[in-house]
Amino acid sequence: MENPWIYLGLFLVVGTIIPIAAIVMAAILAPRKPNPIKLSTYECGMETVGDSWVQFKAQYYVFALAFLIFDVETVFLFPWALSLNMMPLFVAVEGIIFILILLAGLYYIWQKGMLDWV
Amino acid sequence: MEFLTDPIKVVYDWLLELFLGWGWADWVAVLVIYLLGIVLFISAVMVLDILLVWVERKVVARFQDRLGPNRVGPFGLFQPFPDIIKLILKEDITPEGADRVVFNLAPILSLGSVLFLWAVVPLASRIYGVDLNVALLYIVAAGAIGTLSIIMAGWASNNKYALLGAYRMVANMISYEIPMVVALLIPTVLVGSMSFVAITEAQANYWFVLVSPLGALIFLVAAIAELGRSPFDLNEGESEIVSGYHIEYSGMKFGLFYAGELLHAFTFGGFIAALFFGGWHGPWAEQYPLLGAFYFVVKAMLGYWVIMWVKYTVPRIRIDHMLAFNWKFLTPLAFILLMVTAVTHRVLLDAPTWLYISGMFLSNVLLAWITVEGLRMQARRKREADVSAEPAAAD
Repeated sequence: MENPWIYLGLFLVVGTIIPIAAIVMAAILAPRKPNPIKLSTYECGMETVGDSWVQFKAQYYVFALAFLIFDVETVFLFPWALSLNMMPLFVAVEGIIFILILLAGLYYIWQKGMLDWV
Repeated sequence: MEFLTDPIKVVYDWLLELFLGWGWADWVAVLVIYLLGIVLFISAVMVLDILLVWVERKVVARFQDRLGPNRVGPFGLFQPFPDIIKLILKEDITPEGADRVVFNLAPILSLGSVLFLWAVVPLASRIYGVDLNVALLYIVAAGAIGTLSIIMAGWASNNKYALLGAYRMVANMISYEIPMVVALLIPTVLVGSMSFVAITEAQANYWFVLVSPLGALIFLVAAIAELGRSPFDLNEGESEIVSGYHIEYSGMKFGLFYAGELLHAFTFGGFIAALFFGGWHGPWAEQYPLLGAFYFVVKAMLGYWVIMWVKYTVPRIRIDHMLAFNWKFLTPLAFILLMVTAVTHRVLLDAPTWLYISGMFLSNVLLAWITVEGLRMQARRKREADVSAEPAAAD
């Protein structure tokens, strides 16, 4: 049973346990003397005004959307890149047409001003 | 000396025989051997991480014309140990109003996501964790856990600075992931495989940096941005948001973020080495894997050093410049490079090696030259427009 995925699964488990062990060790060894001042939210000596989970800039959301589109498209590009050597030349050209359509999308959102930080 | 030519297999066979001799079931024996190997591997990576604390502090000191740690042990080599003991013994504060579960999970995932990456990195010809056939996709996926840990840390801290830092960092990381993934596609095109082991083995005769120098450069820039290091360290602009997403963390939890960041930088040094600089290849590395592992660590250290060099030389850039540089320059350039690489590679596939390498190299240089020339023309047009607009404004 030389299955790489079993090895990988074990690796993920051990890779999670080691940081947990570090935190648990610190929790056992470290002192704990909380007081209200110490536990208050840090803000350069000021008292925090209102809730900390505030409205954020919508621009971040726009970039996340653009990222999502491109990331999904690159997943489509991986099979194309893998089979390039085995396929005739027109497959390479088809991949390029796909990338050009992608870049047309990038050009569109660029012209729409979505990439400008305002 | 079979041990020198294939150490992992010798140890594996010996342990398997031993465990089967104890009357263990086949699958239990294999599982225990896997577990032992993984624990040993991850411990070695963590020990390396401890060493990196010293390397980082010593190198930054030299860049800033200081001596750096030089009191504890020879050359201050034991400095990380008091650092770690201090971090462990320090009080760990969870701020009021924090989301406790997410707050504690974030540092674990931050270091964990970096450790996960090492499962697929080939250290030498027959020394690697696992030969996954989708290793490059796995790297991207494991890296996304790091992004997630940052937004978790920023959100759970119940602190405005932390939230702002996390948003900036995530905007940075997800933006630069696009050129990085496209740069990862270039070795895939060249080799026809996503396996890290196959990509490294394919560089036996020539390094891919000769075939795709521009791809290596794009990968380096995207990797530095992905690490959130200077000049892309918007997440911890000290003068604006103190220290960004890990502002509320103290003690060992902060230590985990710090260790994760250092190890991440070294890991990307290793990726650059494995993808573009031949990985473990070197004189006699094929016969003696331990020598290959040494070459790999040296190359990864060089990559790490370049990342540090950039960090301590270039000033921080503004967020709008950073995002514009990615979306308006690096992403289109990476996609165009991918197209050029794919066509040139496909056309020159059956050509002799010297023609193949020079053709690929020249296509990269040509693309770089066209890009630089285009940028110059654009800058000149903008400058002239500014000059002609000025007298009108003075009236």
